[in-house]
Amino acid sequence: MDHSFPQKVLEHLFSFIDSNKDRNAISLVSKSWYEIERRSRKKIFIGNCYAVSPTTVIKRFPELRSITLKGKPHFADFNLVPDGWGGYVYTWIEAMAVSVPLLEEIRLKRMVVTDESLELIAKSFKNFKVLVLISCEGFSTDGLEAIASNCRNLKELNLQESEVEDLSGDWLCYFPDSYTSLVSLNISCLNNEVNLSALEALLGRCPNLQTLCLNHAVPLDKLPSLLSQCPQLVELGTGVYSTEEMHPDVLSSLITAFSGCKQLKSLSGFWNVLPSYLPALYPICSRLTSLNLSYAIIQSSDIVKLIGQCPNLLRLWVLDYIEDVGLEAVAASCKDLQELRVFPSDPSCLELNNALTERGLVSVFKGCPKLQSVLYFCRQMSNAALSAIAQIRPNLTRFRLCILEPHTPDYLTLQPLDSGFGAIVEHCKDLQRLSLSGLLTDRVFEYIGTHAKKLEMLSVAFAGDSDLGLHYVLSGCENLRKLEIRDCPFGDEALLANAAKLETMRSLWMSSCSVSYGACKLLGQKMPKLNVEVIDESGPPDSRPDSCPVEKLYIYRSIAGPRLDMPGFVWTMGDDSSRKLELDVAGVEAQFRNL
Amino acid sequence: MNEMTRNERESSEERKLELRLAPPGVENWFNTSNNNKQRAYDYDYDYESKLSLGNFLHFPSNKAIVVKGKESSSSQTCCPKSVELQNGDNKVTAVSNTSQKRTAPGPVVGWPPIRSFRKNLATSSNSKPSPPESHTQQHNKVAGKKPIDNFGKGLFVKINMDGVPIGRKVDLNAYDSYQNLSSAVDELFRGLLKAQRDSSSCGGNKEEEKVISGLLDGSGEYTLVYEDNEGDRMLVGDVPWHMFVSTVKRLRVLKSTELSAFTLGTKQDKIPT
Repeated sequence: MDHSFPQKVLEHLFSFIDSNKDRNAISLVSKSWYEIERRSRKKIFIGNCYAVSPTTVIKRFPELRSITLKGKPHFADFNLVPDGWGGYVYTWIEAMAVSVPLLEEIRLKRMVVTDESLELIAKSFKNFKVLVLISCEGFSTDGLEAIASNCRNLKELNLQESEVEDLSGDWLCYFPDSYTSLVSLNISCLNNEVNLSALEALLGRCPNLQTLCLNHAVPLDKLPSLLSQCPQLVELGTGVYSTEEMHPDVLSSLITAFSGCKQLKSLSGFWNVLPSYLPALYPICSRLTSLNLSYAIIQSSDIVKLIGQCPNLLRLWVLDYIEDVGLEAVAASCKDLQELRVFPSDPSCLELNNALTERGLVSVFKGCPKLQSVLYFCRQMSNAALSAIAQIRPNLTRFRLCILEPHTPDYLTLQPLDSGFGAIVEHCKDLQRLSLSGLLTDRVFEYIGTHAKKLEMLSVAFAGDSDLGLHYVLSGCENLRKLEIRDCPFGDEALLANAAKLETMRSLWMSSCSVSYGACKLLGQKMPKLNVEVIDESGPPDSRPDSCPVEKLYIYRSIAGPRLDMPGFVWTMGDDSSRKLELDVAGVEAQFRNL
Repeated sequence: MNEMTRNERESSEERKLELRLAPPGVENWFNTSNNNKQRAYDYDYDYESKLSLGNFLHFPSNKAIVVKGKESSSSQTCCPKSVELQNGDNKVTAVSNTSQKRTAPGPVVGWPPIRSFRKNLATSSNSKPSPPESHTQQHNKVAGKKPIDNFGKGLFVKINMDGVPIGRKVDLNAYDSYQNLSSAVDELFRGLLKAQRDSSSCGGNKEEEKVISGLLDGSGEYTLVYEDNEGDRMLVGDVPWHMFVSTVKRLRVLKSTELSAFTLGTKQDKIPT
């Protein structure tokens, strides 16, 4: 029993437990463990900001120092979620400003962050240290001014892939001269010039700076002087990597600057590359563990020359200009590679490109024994290649394949790619994330449901024949947390038959499928712990027969009840009176267990 | 069809609302023939031989019909139509054997699944409008970065033609393909060339304007070449358009007979200008 363990001892023990999964488990042991754990938890991760209310979180975890929140569904990245859908962070900031004044870290993904929110953060949290806004929007450089002016202890400011209204590059000047604590700065998403002398001065007075990701507006000839202010950098994102014409003196100052950065391990940026400047990187290539060339329009031969000197690469992002030939070079040089992403250079062109095919992918798998995470855009694939991959690399954990044209069959046999993906899920027993593409029947879902027991996230587009497909996945994938589907002939039956499953998942997205309005209403009524949201921009679904399919459907479990900030094109299904908020401890802990 | 069968719902109110692991009224939900444990797929241990077989197949653009840019928001009328559309799309149809350059038949919103700022990346030329977003998407702010710096401005390069003393300038951002560029060069110089000929033929014999063709494949009287950012002379048309645009520094229209007179694409010999 835990009578024999004094509270202080337990507290001390729990302080060594960081992972939220473990802490969630601890909280279920007994009421006293629940209490001790909740009072000592510092970091919380909330995968869906609408799953729980700020009040509930703050009440349970009064000692919160770090919060991570995610807002919009993943498909928002591809413009499938209309503007104004939601994901506003303000209510969270407001609540925490009052009750958690010692908050230090805020990490947000796909949320709407206004300047007001940023100003509130700047004013309210005296010891604020980390602000990470990934794929966020809604704020301007005015909000950044507030952060820069007020957050004396700021260590990290990361705006990765956010949309910022860039009103002025002078926001950087608002960091006072006394401010020296910067460790990480990522402004790669900004469109306009930042005040370079302010930046240089900032870099010069922050001795702990490790990460600096510039935006494309920073000219290359300024890079050496910037780097000379922070030779201790570990991670660098360059600005534009070219000049109007090649200048040998720029090249030589680059070489000097890079050679001076003895800790540099990660490179990105590389907008507009002039290949003549690539040799400046050669002296540091052997130290590189991460290289992002996914904006670099350079030929395969140039890529190969660079990568050939990077034997310690763990992560590589490139455009398909690398071609099969380049991937073979990667396979030969980068034996420790863990993650590969190959992006399409011209997504709208459907011409068969024989330079980057499935062969390149297979060769990397053959050559790189530690390759676990892959994102690959291509135009042709075969079951044979997928099967080969499955057998070569059973330790695959993330596999996202995007064959650019929907419904593309195996190019050798003209068969669906069911068996290839089937091989992947059968052999790769630790697969956590999978994205499908190509011509696929219900069969592939049967394989997935049967084998993909550790799968947590599945993305499906233009696949399947019937509700069976959806049923296989929902009934078979025990660890499924996120399922996103578009343009598949899945409808009511599978959804309703597996309604209970939806409570064990974070969320389900279905767009351009065949789920009827009637089924959505039914689901909403019968499942009070789910928010069933219908998104329809053509008007209220009430104005059409119940049998009509809804445009988009987003279902997620929640203990906060229906949200109150929905725009006019989102409707929550279900009868309000049948909902009850589970406020008692047992109820809350049961929900938190799986969030 | 995917509609819930109405007769099944005709049972009592309670049964209608009852949620079970099967649709109401149906016992055998699906063919649970677990006896198909036998591999429906075979692993190709010998990947290489499949590969070589593939090389003999003339692979045409033999693709299924792409799901049209069905804007699901425009389904004011009801379901059956849109459901049929989806069911019909799984057929594989043979398309013409020649792998000509094709662009997507219609804009499919959100496909392929890449962020907007990656889409603008490779297209430095914006003469063709970006795929028209559905009216629903017009609410959206530009969902991503605006195109990188010089991609919005004109990209002017000098172009000289053999026999024509006055050089011109072309805006490469106004074209999106070698074909278009070639036609533009034709238009640009056709008149000038004629003027040259007319003046040199002492006023007599006003010929028609001759079309300048075959610039890209060596079949014409003239061939288009360019000088890249490393000073090398290259034949226009060898690399993907976007790569060409990002490396080209100037263009020349050479007489095809002069082509053999210098090496192309090597770094050693600089061609005397």
